[in-house]
Amino acid sequence: MNEGLIIAIIIGISIAAVPLIFAAIGELLVERSGVLNLGVEGMMIVGALAGFVVEFHTGSSFLAVLAALLAGMAIASIFAFLTQILLTNHVATGLALTLFGLGIAAFVGRSYTEENIELISALHIPVLSDLPVIGPLLFSYNPLVYLAFVMVFLVWWFLFKTKQGLILRAIGDNHDAAHAIGHNVVRYRVLAILFGGAMAGIGGAFLSLVQVPIWGEDMTAGRGWIALALVVFSSWQPFKVILGALIFGGITILQLHAQGFDVRISAQYLSMLPYIATIVILVSLRMRDKNKTNRTMPNCLGRIFHSTS
Amino acid sequence: MIRLIPRAQPSKAMIFLSPLLALTLTAVTAFFIFAFILTDIKVSSVFYTLFVEPLIDTYYISELLVKAAPLIMIALGLSIGFRAGVWNIGAEGQYVIGGITGGAVGLYFYNVEGFWLIPLMSLAAILGGMFYAGIAAFLKNKYQVNEILVTLMLTYVAVLFLSAMLQGPMRNPSGFNFPESRPFHDGALLPIIWQGTRLNVGLIIAVILSFVTWLGIKKHLSGLQIKITGSAPRAAKFAGFDDKKTIWFALLISGGVAGLAGLFEVIGPAGQITPGLPQFYGFTAIIVAFMSRLHPIAIIFSALLIALTYIGGENVQIYFNLPSSITNIFQGMLLFYFLACDVLIQYKIVFIKTIRQKL
Repeated sequence: MNEGLIIAIIIGISIAAVPLIFAAIGELLVERSGVLNLGVEGMMIVGALAGFVVEFHTGSSFLAVLAALLAGMAIASIFAFLTQILLTNHVATGLALTLFGLGIAAFVGRSYTEENIELISALHIPVLSDLPVIGPLLFSYNPLVYLAFVMVFLVWWFLFKTKQGLILRAIGDNHDAAHAIGHNVVRYRVLAILFGGAMAGIGGAFLSLVQVPIWGEDMTAGRGWIALALVVFSSWQPFKVILGALIFGGITILQLHAQGFDVRISAQYLSMLPYIATIVILVSLRMRDKNKTNRTMPNCLGRIFHSTS
Repeated sequence: MIRLIPRAQPSKAMIFLSPLLALTLTAVTAFFIFAFILTDIKVSSVFYTLFVEPLIDTYYISELLVKAAPLIMIALGLSIGFRAGVWNIGAEGQYVIGGITGGAVGLYFYNVEGFWLIPLMSLAAILGGMFYAGIAAFLKNKYQVNEILVTLMLTYVAVLFLSAMLQGPMRNPSGFNFPESRPFHDGALLPIIWQGTRLNVGLIIAVILSFVTWLGIKKHLSGLQIKITGSAPRAAKFAGFDDKKTIWFALLISGGVAGLAGLFEVIGPAGQITPGLPQFYGFTAIIVAFMSRLHPIAIIFSALLIALTYIGGENVQIYFNLPSSITNIFQGMLLFYFLACDVLIQYKIVFIKTIRQKL
């Protein structure tokens, strides 16, 4: 293998990891607040569609990403209203959100199935991008890739370095106690859910604006669910999301290249790899350290909060 | 500002009124969405095709019942798990595997007939579905791996496996390379119970299963055990119930029934194994289960309602060239409203003026 191919593979892995990073870091914050939103897949596909449609009509990538962010928030607000105000079951509501999102995206997207858009191009930073090896490896991505890593840092900083982050974690661990000392549980959770929607929306838009130039209603192909698995994998620690996403990105790229290299296995079996790997990784995590994940999991995850006072 | 005040006792009236309210709200919302999106088609005629026509035409009624059968079966299995707090979200995968394993037996005996054939195929399908859901039970019990994620990931794997099978060992040798199995001979197909339609005994079996489940939950201790483990896991532990057994039980039952439903699709309406086997039934059944508040008899009615959105969705696709994804929108919305309206059973909603509190 030559140097160019290796660089191409590494870039491919990073690109494949980014949508997962976005969706997972949003969901991580949501789960830290004690809410389990299984609607990630639905929010991603709606974001992917909104980004595609706005890019197609305006040609502005900035507006497209903004639209994806708002669309993700809009559909997440349904979940926020139902689970936080009307106290519905998190699991059922999240599933309904995914079905609804997939339906809406396919319905609205039906008139765009034949259309093409121009993908967001990579940045070219003078001098830095031209450096050998390091240039293409570190300084030749599009702005969203850098944003993904910045978001991970911001979420970490918010959760562990700010007062509001501490309150959010406290709410996730014991909403009754947090409520008793005067914190507004519902407000924190609603805001967290909206943030999760925005991140999933951008993650979806990354698929339609950076990876594939045509619209397809099956574009997310389970990435929302893999993002949920990544949150478990990360033990709710932001930086581990990056590690997990790179592993999944690596498996995706490996599988694509294996198909290209004419490995004598049916394409279907190779395509199973990311899904099987998800399970294997979740299991191996538990084999390594049986109690660790339980300790970091927010205690109130998925539990319904109703204040009596 | 809306506030929810807990009722002293669950409202009896709301138990029946809230589904009606949810239905009305869904219809109204859908009307506005369509009126907004469909500028060139009359919304009322879309509504007629969606909800009225399937109920007045005998052919559509039969198709509605054909679709309801697998939904009832899968939802029954899932509702047992959901009661116990075991979230099998991947019934779709177990359904596909059941179709493959049960169908494989049928293909092995493609030129043999016998009264034992369908029972043998059913057994294979149930075992296939049980095995597939059992993976999640094993991983949950042994390594505390979340069953939602495992069952879901395995669904993607199952659909890819089906595609690999149909392009490989299960492909019809005289089928011009189409990725489809041999058609099953008549002895391997489910008997039709309404001549001239595709309605088969699957529906009868589904309804019988509903009543059996209902009695089982009502009478048997395991019903109580499952209910308690779901609503109060700690109390269940003190009472000596084994939550590991409950996890096995819930996943094996739901997987087995889903597998059988997969086979019934293959030897029912489809007549062969095709790439079109996965029809989202496994996911839709989750909606059915929740809409019926996990009650085995109510599942029959919510399955019929959801089947209506399937048939109606197919019809508007044909008549108005609208995408069949309308069905998904409806189903998502129905579940939203059902969940939201059920809050009225336990709580009273009061509107109060917000008083700005100083913190």
